[in-house]
Amino acid sequence: MFGKLGFDAIPTDPIVLVVAAAIAIGGAVLVAGITYFRKWGYLWSEWFTSVDHKKLGIMYFIVALVMLIRGFADALMMRTQQALAVAGSEGYLPPEHYDQIFTAHGVIMIFFVAMPMVIGLMNLVVPLQIGARDVAYPFLNNLSFWLFVAGAILVNVSLVVGEFAATGWLAYAPLSGIEYSPGVGVDYWIWALQISGIGTTLTGINFFVTILKMRAPGMKMFRMPIFTWTSLCANVLIIASFPILTATIAMLTLDRYLGMNFFTNDLGGNVMMYVNLIWAWGHPEVYILILPAFGVFSEVVATFSRKRLFGYTTMVWATVAITILSFVVWLHHFFTMGAGANVNAFFGIMTMIIAIPTGVKVFNWLFTMYRGSIELSVPMLWTIGFIITFTIGGMTGVMLSVPAANFVLHNSLFVIAHFHNVIIGGVVFGMMAGLVYWFPKAFGFKLDEKWGKRSFWCWLIGFYMAFMPLYVLSFFGAVRRMQSYEPSEWWPMMMVAWVGALIILLGIVCTAIQLFVSIKNRNSMKYRDVSGDPWDGRTLEWSTSSPAPFYNFAHLPTISGIDDFWQQKQEGRDAIGNGPYQDIHMPRNTVAGPVMSLFATVFGFAMVWHIWWLAIVGGIGVFVAFILRVANDDIDYYVPAAEVERIEVEHKQRLEEYREWVKQHPEEASHLQVRMQG
Amino acid sequence: MASEAVTNHDDHAHPEAHDHHDTSSIKVFGFWVYLMSDLVIFGILFATFAVLLRGTAGGPDGSEIFDLPLILAGTFALLISSFTYGMAVLAMTAEKVDKVKKWLWITFVLGAGFIAMEIYEFQHLIHLGYGPDRSGFLSAFFTLVGTHGLHVTFGLVWILVVLYQLRTKGLNDMTRPRILCLSLFWHFLDIVWICVFSFVYLMGAL
Amino acid sequence: MRKNLYAKAAGLLLLLSLFLLLGGCSSALMDPKGQIGAEQRTLILTAFGIMQIVVIPVIGMTLFFAWRYRRGNHNAAYTPDWAHNTWVEVVVWLIPCVIVLFLAGLTWYTSHSLDPHRSIAEEGEETFEIQAVAMDWKWLFIYPEQGIATVNEVAFPADTPVRFRVSSSSVMNSFFIPDLGSQIYAMAGMDNDVHLIADEEGTYPGRSTNYSGFGFSGMTFDAHATSEEGFDEWVEEVRQSSDSLSLEDGYRELLKPSRNHPVEYFSEVSPTLYDDILNIYHNGEPVEVLPDETGYKHASSDHQEQHGDMAMSAEAAE
Repeated sequence: MFGKLGFDAIPTDPIVLVVAAAIAIGGAVLVAGITYFRKWGYLWSEWFTSVDHKKLGIMYFIVALVMLIRGFADALMMRTQQALAVAGSEGYLPPEHYDQIFTAHGVIMIFFVAMPMVIGLMNLVVPLQIGARDVAYPFLNNLSFWLFVAGAILVNVSLVVGEFAATGWLAYAPLSGIEYSPGVGVDYWIWALQISGIGTTLTGINFFVTILKMRAPGMKMFRMPIFTWTSLCANVLIIASFPILTATIAMLTLDRYLGMNFFTNDLGGNVMMYVNLIWAWGHPEVYILILPAFGVFSEVVATFSRKRLFGYTTMVWATVAITILSFVVWLHHFFTMGAGANVNAFFGIMTMIIAIPTGVKVFNWLFTMYRGSIELSVPMLWTIGFIITFTIGGMTGVMLSVPAANFVLHNSLFVIAHFHNVIIGGVVFGMMAGLVYWFPKAFGFKLDEKWGKRSFWCWLIGFYMAFMPLYVLSFFGAVRRMQSYEPSEWWPMMMVAWVGALIILLGIVCTAIQLFVSIKNRNSMKYRDVSGDPWDGRTLEWSTSSPAPFYNFAHLPTISGIDDFWQQKQEGRDAIGNGPYQDIHMPRNTVAGPVMSLFATVFGFAMVWHIWWLAIVGGIGVFVAFILRVANDDIDYYVPAAEVERIEVEHKQRLEEYREWVKQHPEEASHLQVRMQG
Repeated sequence: MASEAVTNHDDHAHPEAHDHHDTSSIKVFGFWVYLMSDLVIFGILFATFAVLLRGTAGGPDGSEIFDLPLILAGTFALLISSFTYGMAVLAMTAEKVDKVKKWLWITFVLGAGFIAMEIYEFQHLIHLGYGPDRSGFLSAFFTLVGTHGLHVTFGLVWILVVLYQLRTKGLNDMTRPRILCLSLFWHFLDIVWICVFSFVYLMGAL
Repeated sequence: MRKNLYAKAAGLLLLLSLFLLLGGCSSALMDPKGQIGAEQRTLILTAFGIMQIVVIPVIGMTLFFAWRYRRGNHNAAYTPDWAHNTWVEVVVWLIPCVIVLFLAGLTWYTSHSLDPHRSIAEEGEETFEIQAVAMDWKWLFIYPEQGIATVNEVAFPADTPVRFRVSSSSVMNSFFIPDLGSQIYAMAGMDNDVHLIADEEGTYPGRSTNYSGFGFSGMTFDAHATSEEGFDEWVEEVRQSSDSLSLEDGYRELLKPSRNHPVEYFSEVSPTLYDDILNIYHNGEPVEVLPDETGYKHASSDHQEQHGDMAMSAEAAE
């Protein structure tokens, strides 16, 4: 009746029990709170079923931040274990637990933190930047989000029911095969990634079509903002690479569930094929994360230097070059597999070639700052921290890409330090910069500067303290994924790394305080963003109000150049159009997304535990919900012109009041208005 | 600031041509993109098949198990179904609902015949002890051919849904792009099958 | 005030990195004990040094531009529309190109000269062969010439080129002695190899670097590079053991997963054991012809081809 599921699936480990209890209590408080304030209906109708890309973007970010806490808790536990388990000591985590933690850390940080942050920002920003009212397929957008949530739920369920994979985040075969991992851990990994991965593929298709087909009139490809460009390239990578992941995981599933022999040691299977396939997806994946981050920095650096982005065309071509090259370098993840010298050299050189367009990008950001008028605001600080940190990470990356050097650096802490160097220094810094930069557009008020700066400094210093020692340790032969180690001379460096992790924790706490302080003061003039353009921005998203109306633009803008909004302001053209207004065609909210995702979660859970009847129920549920959705004709509606007019007039009134207020309190608004000219 | 010339106000049943033309073309374009990503899946399965071709582990290789005449029959059924689907689309452009239905039904029967052939082939092999768990080669074979078969099965269900909608709604702006997307899907599966037939069956049987 | 803070932070980082660099000097990779490791150290330092040509100016420019063109500095120039300069763009493409061109040459050369499959024996010099099998979670070392085997301890004469043939009896591992140089993957059914040499006598820690399950952390061994006499003595010591090992006898016992496995000696070992272990995973496949002494070159080039094919077919998948 319940397959492999029994009461023994509930772990008895005290750490897990405490965490489970904390989650249960937290969840209960949340549910009770929402019930008490009678917000379920509001949440359901305004958020969960919403097809509004801005709301979906916000929800992606919220889930990502929650998962960041989970993933970071894993990181702290790992650092603590390595600070303790020296010279024969076993530390406080046995391998059975420790190995699950480093696997969960990797999976969560990549799939359920970095990816949703990137996709969340794309959701929030891309349609606004290209002057569209929504994405090409609003329902699919909602569905993508909920499939991602389904994956996240499965990962978290594994904490309290059963176990998670203890294979490393990429679940190398044959370790992840049924022979060596007979438990349900790998199955949780499989279904969490498979379900959320399908959502990601849909997102890729959705945004690819959105960017190609739904740009405002006049916005030619080479007039698109760089963030849109990098998003476009990231989506191309998603479309081309996520199917590889889907197929690879499907084959691993067949091996585990039906006894097939794709990736087994014997019976004609080929484990090296798994490693090749997973990295054929895995390498483009890191560019899916970093390219949009590059986009964020490009926007931020131009805005806060009050200067056009240097080398726009070069920037675009560099992005395109990286996109293409990212598909021909995957073998550099396993030079030590023993391929011949020619093959290794080829992939090593291709990898280095990626450093060229990346280096060009760095120079372009630098020359944007050159002769600019740089405001050292929080997003700009993240950007400067990024350029320095990423340069170092890029350098160590090139070192790793030399096969002969890789033969002593591979699998060591050098690799760990390197990819945290580029992922924290690149993706995390980028997402933090993007969060602060576009937060006013999402919510209508700005984030606190002081706590934002504190967060930045904690992250920056914490990062260097946590990961520079790992570079050094790698030279002593320290490898990744060690639950314990003998040499006691490694211990001081491990302690430094542990302190570094604690400082990063402070950074996260600062961000939490920053959010709290800003939300508390959201109505004060210092925080409010009435103008819709708090940073004196350059791109279209700043031309509409903050938060943007659900239809984004009352009139679809017409674009005549790069940074068109900036030009409009320079020429004194009024950015906000006047009436008459027209009816606006908008998609309706839909329950199909959450419902399909619910059934998908049930399906995934049932498959993990081999509860076949429940899996069939889940599968049929997904299918029927989809068919019903397809059969539904009533999927859109028209916003009456009068309603549009009412919203626009209100916005203009607020704007007038604000301008009056600024005239009367020039000193109060100095941080908003004073800009150095010449 | 110029605004787009949108003239329509209340007539929701016939929204302005510009808007709707766009939606339909966006749907079909997006479906193309989806097909390309699906093609990557098939590409990976083909590559896997090539890698595992010699992984027979003492079990049979292709030449010992393929029943070419049967496969050829299935292949023709599928190829002809592509043609009949084309006829359905032509009938759609000519606004002849009954003909669309008729051609779709013929397509359905041919597709179902193909699937029946495949099910027979699979169960026959499993019966002989050559199931997908026998060797890496057979795993790759069953998965590649089976994935195509699953796609065709899904296409069959889709045909039924379209037929149902044609009965309840007729040809409209909702059903038209769907018939076009399904047409892309169906031809796409045909092309994939030609590759399967050539690389798996013909080259395997040699 | 603010400037002071930045300066302090930068100073702190500089100090930290200096400390870290100095700390690394006596490490396994920076003070290697074998020719391969020494060449790899030179390579790492060369690559690192070359890249400083870009890294240092970039970091310097970042900090300088951020400070110089800060909004409050009214002495600095401000050119809001300056967004293109052909010369600058040519230079920023050219510099990385030149550096990568140099590194690419270096990569091509060292990929071949430091190819782990390449024999490092000089003319007339004998290569010493040791077969290493990764097991759950220990290393089995087989000496085909001496007819002995050990677990979690390996010895070989210093100044003699050693060819480790590396395979696995379960999941993927990687065979690595950091002081000597290159590592190589150990995979079931695959006959991989790495050529190493110790220039100094001594005991060097070795381990698996590729995570392989719960006992992974304890999958370590000591590698003794000895004198000729010392090696003979060590072999004698191993021969004192009363245990013997073959596929039928003793191997099954070893296959049982064990953590932090103690050192074990086997005075006798089946001469075909390594190939037997390989062939377990080739069920039904014709048994491969064993490379004889003179066939090394041939066998290893076959081997490369096999991997090369794999890589190419995966590439074709793209």
